[in-house]
Amino acid sequence: MFYREAGDFSTSYPEDSQTFPIKFDRYRYYLVLFTAIVIIPFFINDYWVNSLFLPFLIYAIAAIGLNILVGYCGQVSLGTGGFMAVGAYACYKLMTSFPDVSMVILVLLSGLITALVGVIFGLPSLRIKGFYLAVATLAAQFFLVWLFNRVPWFYNYSASGQISAPERTFFGIEISGPNTQAWATYLFCLMFVIASAYVARNLTRGSMGRKWMAIRDMDIAAEIIGVNPLRAKLTAFAVSSFFIGISGALFFAIYLGAVEVGEVFGIQKSFLVLFMIIIGGLGSIFGSFAGAAFLVLLPVALKIVGVDWLGWPTDIVAHLQLVIVGGLIIVFLIAEPHGLAQLWRVAKEKLRLWPFPH
Amino acid sequence: MNDLADGYVTADGRQIGPVVMEMKNITLRFGGVEAIKDISFDIRQGEIRAIIGPNGAGKSSMLNVISGFYVPQDGEVWYQGRRRAPMKPYEVAQQGIARTFQNIALFEGMSVLDNVMTGRLTNMKTGMFWQSIWKGKAEREETENREVAEKIIDFLEIQAIRKTPVSRLSYGLKKRVELARALAAEPSILLLDEPMAGMNVEEKEDMSRFILDVNDEFGTTIALIEHDMGVVMDLSDRVVVMDYGKKIGDGTPHEVRNNQDVIDAYLGVAHD
Amino acid sequence: MPEQLAFALEVTANGLMAGVLYALVALGFVLIYKASGIFNYAQGVMALFAALTLAGIIDGQVPFSHLINAVFGTDVHYFGWNAPAFLAILLTMVVMIGLAYAVQRLVFRHLVGQEPIILFMATIGLAYFLEGVGDLMWGSDIKSIDVGLPQGINTWIDDTTFNSLGYGFFIDNLDIVASIIAALLVIILVMFAQYTKQGRAMRAVADDHQAALSVGVSLNFIWILVWSLAGFVALVAGIMWGTKSGVQFSLSLIALKALPVLMLGGFTSIPGAIVGGLIIGVGEKLFEFLIGAPFLGGATENWFAYMLALIFLVFRPQGLFGEKIIERV
Repeated sequence: MFYREAGDFSTSYPEDSQTFPIKFDRYRYYLVLFTAIVIIPFFINDYWVNSLFLPFLIYAIAAIGLNILVGYCGQVSLGTGGFMAVGAYACYKLMTSFPDVSMVILVLLSGLITALVGVIFGLPSLRIKGFYLAVATLAAQFFLVWLFNRVPWFYNYSASGQISAPERTFFGIEISGPNTQAWATYLFCLMFVIASAYVARNLTRGSMGRKWMAIRDMDIAAEIIGVNPLRAKLTAFAVSSFFIGISGALFFAIYLGAVEVGEVFGIQKSFLVLFMIIIGGLGSIFGSFAGAAFLVLLPVALKIVGVDWLGWPTDIVAHLQLVIVGGLIIVFLIAEPHGLAQLWRVAKEKLRLWPFPH
Repeated sequence: MNDLADGYVTADGRQIGPVVMEMKNITLRFGGVEAIKDISFDIRQGEIRAIIGPNGAGKSSMLNVISGFYVPQDGEVWYQGRRRAPMKPYEVAQQGIARTFQNIALFEGMSVLDNVMTGRLTNMKTGMFWQSIWKGKAEREETENREVAEKIIDFLEIQAIRKTPVSRLSYGLKKRVELARALAAEPSILLLDEPMAGMNVEEKEDMSRFILDVNDEFGTTIALIEHDMGVVMDLSDRVVVMDYGKKIGDGTPHEVRNNQDVIDAYLGVAHD
Repeated sequence: MPEQLAFALEVTANGLMAGVLYALVALGFVLIYKASGIFNYAQGVMALFAALTLAGIIDGQVPFSHLINAVFGTDVHYFGWNAPAFLAILLTMVVMIGLAYAVQRLVFRHLVGQEPIILFMATIGLAYFLEGVGDLMWGSDIKSIDVGLPQGINTWIDDTTFNSLGYGFFIDNLDIVASIIAALLVIILVMFAQYTKQGRAMRAVADDHQAALSVGVSLNFIWILVWSLAGFVALVAGIMWGTKSGVQFSLSLIALKALPVLMLGGFTSIPGAIVGGLIIGVGEKLFEFLIGAPFLGGATENWFAYMLALIFLVFRPQGLFGEKIIERV
């Protein structure tokens, strides 16, 4: 009843391969975009922006990045935290060295630098596969965190070892530093999210995406039918690290403002983003959003229920969070390995027929 | 059979060209085991060449040597009149050699259409920048290649399942999709590794028809490994017989069938 | 003997002993991996959980007391007893076997046949879950364990080396005891795997599930056995590390240390785990001593093991003793 598809067909290949071939989906997408861009900025305040929207937007970019590497190309990486750190520290060095250059350019440059680092640490993927590769990426994770901790050049020789984002504006409005406005930081990050999702969608639907998926599904066959595994894997690392670097830069400069690398970008961060794409759905852009939303909302929801409503002490709620997240990972892996994205797809299939059973 | 270097015309009017690929003294070893022992044979442009032999004879390994996946310890592969330098499998593919696999090697995470489109990958050259914007160059290239893929899909009559994930297909359909993927590359040489394996009579007739049509319409040279003797006799122009890594027969199906060595090694068993 | 060389020898000796402990932890992984193809990231958290349970039983803590108090408004904390170490260890072992059974039944039975990376991610989920449960059961404050193991500097070694080399080696008694226990455990486990009926069944399962089934091996039993063994190894590791540095979250990070050990030694090899452990143990301490502390600002132990394993893997993807991976089409 919701999905009226009668008469809704494609007459050309470009039409057939668009992102939302069903009209209903497309209009819903436009509505979401409209709400996000036009409506939310009026209602947003500091609390919501910092506890929900900014982390969601920024983790969504990181999840998209990791999903490209893990979900589309099948190369498991546990180094996400370290790569986010590269983005953050690159952004910091760029912000302090080039105070007059626009933040947008600096964030993009941070992404590019991270892409380069990603390619270097991705080189072992040519010899090492699957699970062994995951472990090898841990080398990147630990090494990078150590690097940003121990080499003072990275934190401009400050005594505390912390890095803080100086004030920056975008079109005259503060987006970093102590005096930002909620709607400004929100829109700034939203801009990057929309662009990232757009680029990621295009890359994954074309020949690049097919090369990645071929490598993921059967890399030997992929090579025999003409895919250059070196280039495919390294571009996956590069593109993935680009997005993860951007998210790291935004995480530092816009969201947190100040960062100590061991606390913020440790292995827990790598697992968090990995959990996001598992729960959200591997190999799905929508899944990256769903997973990010889920894992950002969950601790907030738990805190509201556990601490505010039930009056339990915060450490119990924190422990419960571990139990629930861990348990959910297991449940999803057993019951729905394709994550929330698959549940969503199944729901939509049912909606196409509703209220009829078949 | 005529021995003209430049080719000949078969009894039913098909054009067979000069030698396009030649295996010269190929020897392949795995550790201590010699899978292929000093084998030489050639393949002519436009012909259907069968490679037969008992299980374990080394036929799949030979196909793997041709596709560049195995590098022989001894011997040379000559392609289009020139010695082929050792190269990676994907470079071999780019030279116009496509194949199917004994145990289906489809990309199970993708749909039929996407799998067939992966066959076009050697042809799609737009850079990352254009792909990330999609509109313009990338979309045009995608549409052009989609047209080629759809032609193949029509040819093999799998239109109805083009958006189905291949993991859900039956064995026979998967084999057909794999053939589609190989054909999508518009190869000069098509290698088929037991394309009829596990099929019933009807499916075999369909597959035989497709193979003949491919050779007839597109002029594709075909080398196939096959166990069904009826198929081999009906389809192929020439046959190579292998046993325990050695070549024990080479000629037309008729010549090979009457070769005593071949009969001893292999053809004593009745096939359907 | 020149001082630098004496220092280096001491560092090496300590490294060897750390290496034996790494080997022990790595063994727990190899057992599970050999039998089920799962790399158990939760092994470290299992060690933490085992140590927490042991400490809890010895001190007579009420499990989940914090939670119960929060929900029901009560104020219970201790049962009031102090269990003897031996009994506590036995009871903890029972808990670990129960855990093995639960994990097998509720999690991995449903994941049979999945790819290794999915299984690995399930163990990461398990690690988080178990950590949360452990904290809820026993509280997350640091505990100490004392099961009567000797601690403190070994005076005999100190005196002997001082007299012969001019420099007294500082080697802790606890480390010596730990090494001996670990070595014994390794020998027992290897003998178990090679010579007993269950050990043979375990190796059969590791090779080929279907084939093992067809000769009458019960997969479930073997897996529960293997996880229990891993639980036992986790308990021993938990006791050692717990006695040394207290029972706290960092104990669970041993899993991360075992990974490079396994990468070096090969995931399926028991001798590989031992050799890998020793190499990493000595390697990281020597590197820190010779290059890390003087030139690189220290704390290189965080990543050296991984870098070493990574470089090694690039040249020999199957590790020192692992099986060569042959891919066929």
